[in-house]
Amino acid sequence: MTIHKGDNCGFTQASAPILNGKRSIGVKKQTVFFQNPPKIIAGASVVTDRESKGPIGQYFDITEHDPKMGKKCFESAEITMMDKAVRKAVEKSGKRIGDIDAFMAGDLLNQITTSAYVARGLEIPFIGLYNACSTFTEAIAIGSMMISSGYYENILCSTASHFATAERQYRYPLEYGSQRPPYAQWTVTGAGCSVLSNKGEGPRVVAATIGRVIDFGINDLSNMGAAMAPAAMDSMTRLFKDTDTRPEDYDLILTGDLGKLGSDILRDLMREQGYELGQRYIDCGSLIYDVTQKCYQGGSGAGCSATVFNSYILRKINEGEYNRVALFATGALMSTQSCYQGETMPSISHGIVVER
Amino acid sequence: MEKTATQLRNERYSKYVDAVSPQTSAVKSLLHSFVLGGITCVIAQIVNDLFALAMPATEKEMIATFTLMTMVTVAIFLTGLGVFDKLARFGGAGLFLPITGFANAISSASMEFKAEGLIFGTSTKMFSVVGPVVVNGVVWSTLAGIIHLIIFGRIM
Repeated sequence: MTIHKGDNCGFTQASAPILNGKRSIGVKKQTVFFQNPPKIIAGASVVTDRESKGPIGQYFDITEHDPKMGKKCFESAEITMMDKAVRKAVEKSGKRIGDIDAFMAGDLLNQITTSAYVARGLEIPFIGLYNACSTFTEAIAIGSMMISSGYYENILCSTASHFATAERQYRYPLEYGSQRPPYAQWTVTGAGCSVLSNKGEGPRVVAATIGRVIDFGINDLSNMGAAMAPAAMDSMTRLFKDTDTRPEDYDLILTGDLGKLGSDILRDLMREQGYELGQRYIDCGSLIYDVTQKCYQGGSGAGCSATVFNSYILRKINEGEYNRVALFATGALMSTQSCYQGETMPSISHGIVVER
Repeated sequence: MEKTATQLRNERYSKYVDAVSPQTSAVKSLLHSFVLGGITCVIAQIVNDLFALAMPATEKEMIATFTLMTMVTVAIFLTGLGVFDKLARFGGAGLFLPITGFANAISSASMEFKAEGLIFGTSTKMFSVVGPVVVNGVVWSTLAGIIHLIIFGRIM
């Protein structure tokens, strides 16, 4: 595989010039700095066997051995999975469901049914979100704004995805004998939930970058990494410029689900912007599965960043291994129809900065 | 028409992505499908010969029909066991070009949509994967028949 090493590929000349650190008049910054940073007081993750056999398998809270979880269909299993993650997170935070002011959630299914059905059982105010696989950071970003502004005290942020339901909606029936290209990804079966609060102990969400929709003209439904990498590049560059930081200022920079190919492309794109990501950058999708697990380029899906962040990353921040982490979940905003109609794949990436 | 800067950027990016994306090795895929397709055909031939041995009085065409039915049943059975998709991931066209692929496509779709019930699930979605195959099969064979009729003056 030939990856560019620092030579100018010229991908970003067409877009508007990016701010140079200082505030320009008439151009707003994309990054929000929280005056009263909310704390992530607890996080929980639910996965299935495949994820628990991966490199960070031991960090997940609950492992389900049956992907159907004894339900009639996979959709019900996804609902149960998110419900379990939500209840586990609330339990770990030492609160009760009744103490929570709002439940913010999203998933990949049509009309975000998984989140809505979980909310039905929780009986608390619900804010449904959809930004494909970047919904998790979108939830954290908006939730943090709501808490920082003082209107809300405790907020649940959750996303889930299921391999079987995603396959059914976006691709072929499960048992259909189709071949995937080697640059495809594997949808993570899992759900993650974070509890944000204005009180209590935990890492603080200090800033959030709301991403723009970026489209570099990729129309191959299997090559999600290549479609989403430019969006991650855009938001990441914005964060660095807005906060006047460089990759070296972070202990860990994460992207949601670019996969191995996507993260290699992102490294190239960032190098072109003048940022060397180096060893401190890793992708949740390439972290969750082992190379031997035959998951092609790695994990994808709304559950990917949510499970990895709420297990391994949150634990390591709490243990003091990382002091400042930037997480950029990435999402491709197409539907199966839009691609058949000749549209390309627009993508988005929202970033959050978490400090210990 | 002059290309916009965005179009040019997208073209460059597309070229770059094509260059870095790993591709399937054609030789390996061909070899895999040759082996699995060959095995499928050999099994079908064995079944065919066994039928011919067991029922010597039956017509050749009838025996071929029995063989097809057996192969379809086996493919559906393997689909139900969850084995077929794993074989096909390895064998590719070697498994989905013969009638086994057709059987797998129909049965996998009907299994997949069982949750929505027999009418709105299975019956509605059964042909979701093979629909294009059926439609194109009918359209192109009709065309071929018409061409045959014009050239030779008869259908068969």
